[in-house]
Amino acid sequence: MNGEIFVFIETREGSIVDSSLEVLGKARLLADKADFNVGALLLGYNIRHLAKELICRGADVVHLVDDKRLEKYTALPYTKAIVKIVQNEKPDILILAATTTGRDLGPRIAARLRTGITADCTDLDIGDYVDPLTGEKFRNVLYQIRPAFGGEIMATIVTPRHRPQMATVRPGLFSIPPKDESRSGDVREWTIEFTDFETQSIEVLESKREQRKVDLKSAKIIVSGGRGAGPKGFELIKELAKILGGEVGASRAAVEAGWISYDHQVGLTGQTVKPEIYIACGISGAIQHIVGMKDSRIIIAINKDPNAPIFKIADYGIVGDLFVILPKLIERLKSQKP
Amino acid sequence: MNIIVLVKPVPDPKAPVRLKPDGTIDREKVPLTVNLYDKHAVEAAVRIKEKYGGKVIAISMAPPHAIEVLREALAMGVDDAILLSDKRLAGSDTLATSYALSQAIRKIGDFDLILCGMESTDGNTGHVGPEVAEFLGIPHVTYVERIEIRDRHVIVKRLVEGGYEILKVKLPALLTITNTANEPRIPTIRDVLKARRKTIIVWNVDDIGVDPNKVGLRGSPTRILKIEKVILKRKGKIFTEPDVDKVIESFLAELKKDGVSLVR
Repeated sequence: MNGEIFVFIETREGSIVDSSLEVLGKARLLADKADFNVGALLLGYNIRHLAKELICRGADVVHLVDDKRLEKYTALPYTKAIVKIVQNEKPDILILAATTTGRDLGPRIAARLRTGITADCTDLDIGDYVDPLTGEKFRNVLYQIRPAFGGEIMATIVTPRHRPQMATVRPGLFSIPPKDESRSGDVREWTIEFTDFETQSIEVLESKREQRKVDLKSAKIIVSGGRGAGPKGFELIKELAKILGGEVGASRAAVEAGWISYDHQVGLTGQTVKPEIYIACGISGAIQHIVGMKDSRIIIAINKDPNAPIFKIADYGIVGDLFVILPKLIERLKSQKP
Repeated sequence: MNIIVLVKPVPDPKAPVRLKPDGTIDREKVPLTVNLYDKHAVEAAVRIKEKYGGKVIAISMAPPHAIEVLREALAMGVDDAILLSDKRLAGSDTLATSYALSQAIRKIGDFDLILCGMESTDGNTGHVGPEVAEFLGIPHVTYVERIEIRDRHVIVKRLVEGGYEILKVKLPALLTITNTANEPRIPTIRDVLKARRKTIIVWNVDDIGVDPNKVGLRGSPTRILKIEKVILKRKGKIFTEPDVDKVIESFLAELKKDGVSLVR
């Protein structure tokens, strides 16, 4: 064994968040390549039963902190617990899913450990690095790959001299590893001391999350609506999606307006999707939406505003009123359908 | 309520990006503007000041010509602006940047709240907020959409996947602000002229007691191994004819030509 990769496991209401399992799966692949171990950091309250699942899905060791004060995520106690375990175990790499939790927690841990962190990676790899200035060679470092400048550039970032090498990984890009019941591993339980400052500085008064029921990730075609659609527009969008055998997506603005439920939301605080065809109707293309759909194979945009940013990332764009375009398009496609 | 706002001068999104040979952004030659998300933070800070009194100080770490960007913040209602500028800071990653900013904030001293945008439009990391909070040893909350000021704490609404959280946060604290939080004001001509007359304080590495080995490229744990230009594979075929039937026909014809079938 050459080293160790740690993965932060996010739990919510007694189950593991999908994006953490995606990261665990990727960590397993990297570990196999470099002959590393995988450690899962399982924090929360009444969550010890989840350790077995993490081992079945690729962890060699589960570091468990089961504490009432960790029931709901807040930055300070989570940072304390993870930093304590990391300082004891000295992993080479620590990866988190780039959820709102991961992006809140990751940089705080990195700063306390005085190490580097790369945000929102779309891929990770392990390889060698030679410092161009000193010629010093580093083996088996983490390649942190992410787009920059609105996707114009792909950058590979390394953290050669500091440990752990940290990254957050964009949700929805890697598959969840299958459960292998025959896998074995260790569970190590930790007790962490918290100060009043850590547990009382931030208090969760209310937490409201809607569960997703719609599976946009496996959809081949997604027809999405935004601020420009309105409740009537969504009727047309649903009809088009039905004809095409696709799912309905939405921007955050449309979800907040109550035209459609959160299950359909694509973007930073929604789902990341990469269907064969993504049809954006009345979506201007705010960066928060674009990060969730820009890896779609083909992007079609329909928008009144010829200057809408969505057209910049579209393969095909129709400038026009969706209330005029969509009925005609639906009619036309209906007649085409075999 | 004394508020410090972190304002990042970013390359104007409309101008092409230039990189230095080491892969970091060349910030010397590009036109700069206030990071869009930080405008929402400035707006949030100024609104709190207008309601509860106090003072808003904006701070930037950037090359000397970013001084004009800070004038935008002053015109929006910020009272004082500080530019942290020093050749030795060039090439700093988020850790080194956060260390330098936290030292400047320590020098300012008296504050109740630090606000910044949820991320920057050039780096998109969202790391500097939480890292600055860690260096200062104060709590932080990211993705804040609403702030209510109470006695020695704030009640904030934080956006999360599929919903939100309501959090009670003790002061002093750092909050990162979403672009859904407010509509940043457009300064009047008078505000702009007034901002032009203000003196912007410039500090260097020595002024803020920063260890020069912990900033700049030398003080940054991360290195850029390689940069690849992504060839935009998007076809960008835009149909604009006023006649709807014509638009749809040419659109469908183009799809057919490219071998894309909508109906399967």
